[in-house]
Amino acid sequence: MAEITSLQNAIRAHVHDGDTVAMEGFTHLIPFAAGHEVIRQRRKNLTLIRMTPDVIYDQLIGAGCAKKLIFSWGGNPGVGSLHRLRDAVEKDWPAPLGIQEHGHGDLSNAYVAGAANLPFAVLRAYAGSELPQHNKNIRFIECPFTGEKLAAVPAIRPDVTVIHAQKADHKGNVLLWGILGVQKEAVLAAKRAIVTVEEIVDDLNASPNACVLPSWILSAVCHVPGGARPSYAHGYYDRDNRFYQAWDEISRDREIFLNWTRKHILETEDFVAFQRLLNESIKEQIV
Amino acid sequence: MSSANYTTTEMMTIAASRLLKNGAVCFVGIGLPSTAANLARLTHAPDIVLIYESGPIGAKPEVLPLSIGDGDLAERADTVVSTPEIFRYWLQGGRVDVGFLGAAQIDKFANINTTVIGNYMRPTTRLPGAGGAPEIASCAKEVVLVLKQSARAFVKKLDFLTSVGYLNGGEARKKLALPGKGPVAVVTDLCIMKPDEITKELTVTQMHPGIARDQVTKATGWEVKFASDLKETGAPMEEELRVLRDLLHRTAVAHGQAPAA
Repeated sequence: MAEITSLQNAIRAHVHDGDTVAMEGFTHLIPFAAGHEVIRQRRKNLTLIRMTPDVIYDQLIGAGCAKKLIFSWGGNPGVGSLHRLRDAVEKDWPAPLGIQEHGHGDLSNAYVAGAANLPFAVLRAYAGSELPQHNKNIRFIECPFTGEKLAAVPAIRPDVTVIHAQKADHKGNVLLWGILGVQKEAVLAAKRAIVTVEEIVDDLNASPNACVLPSWILSAVCHVPGGARPSYAHGYYDRDNRFYQAWDEISRDREIFLNWTRKHILETEDFVAFQRLLNESIKEQIV
Repeated sequence: MSSANYTTTEMMTIAASRLLKNGAVCFVGIGLPSTAANLARLTHAPDIVLIYESGPIGAKPEVLPLSIGDGDLAERADTVVSTPEIFRYWLQGGRVDVGFLGAAQIDKFANINTTVIGNYMRPTTRLPGAGGAPEIASCAKEVVLVLKQSARAFVKKLDFLTSVGYLNGGEARKKLALPGKGPVAVVTDLCIMKPDEITKELTVTQMHPGIARDQVTKATGWEVKFASDLKETGAPMEEELRVLRDLLHRTAVAHGQAPAA
């Protein structure tokens, strides 16, 4: 059964230095509040897995939490580069970052294999690509039935997966909808799972085929309204495209990034305080 | 009615949109491919099925998505499935007619690079990476590429081969026994290139109006060949331009990049 607890407690209990951590959410429902709490608690040497690293991992990498990144597309969607990711890969700042690179089909299949407790996933891709030369975890096997050459990648088994969802009930059953990405597979593939939710309700009122994650496969459920901002939560709030654009400026320069992170994340008490401060900063800029 | 007042980027987008047939199932990359695919849907191809890798199938966005997973894509789709399902059942399952992609670098056999500029371990520019491109390039029945033409992008040798086109040309792709037949066209702001039937080398088959051969030659890093029956692209029709500009304008308004007035 999931414990319904604060985000601080959940991160303290379930995310440890050196862990392999997957924070998923395909543009939608990105667990930003949880990412900030990991930075606030100054976790180190994490192996971060995520299909689309996005701004959330740019923050974690720049803040020095990561030693390795496993990913399939690393950009600021609709804006451009992730400057902290690039600085780490190109110039080893703030520390060298190992990278293990996949494609979306491959990485999503690897989560499926993890969820299914299989050793690896198979897919039809990479013949002719140079990626397998640089990622020894992409290999080729022969189909035992047809002899076809297929790509294989090892299953992903994170120590902990962190996602954001729309609703939980008081038992900790979780409902999410809209663009689902690989959240369900990432949760089922992990040893532990933390879910932050927009609201906790008496009854999920979920239709029979809805995406519901039962409480008994989760470790912790935390009530964090707005916890996916500046990404969006379908039915609750839109993506804050201005923040994604502003991030390009904030993240481009090391000093500006460090000052922003210190003031907005390390020196705020929680995500509520962060959001209050961010709103004030935006107002000041407008004035 | 065709129009004389348009930009080369508009010509590229319109030329790309014309290649998409009504009713085709199209796996759409973000950016230029998404613009061109939605223009096709709003003009000559109302029954085109747009699939985005984040999960929407039959997406009909009111405005262009800024990210591949914008809520509007889900809101107006026929259905929304998980990312593993998109890649396993729909793309690998053989249900995609056209993969519509962009690239940072392309070579004369339409192999593409979206990974790094420079050395892989010490890149001068770290690009976003593969995304869904290797699987789309392998499994879509056909691939159409859209990108602006320059000698920096159209290179003799890729810094990294992310997604396969025709490899070294000739029969090389066929030997890989991939399900998809590979790139059928490259649409740029200057021209359209298609692979030669035998050698698979990209050859200019169609020039956009007012573009000179030496502009194309200068913007290509290899000695580009021109088809003997070189054609001229039809100039944008007023209706195509109106729909494209409306779409881009309401997109900018929706994303807070332009005033509503």
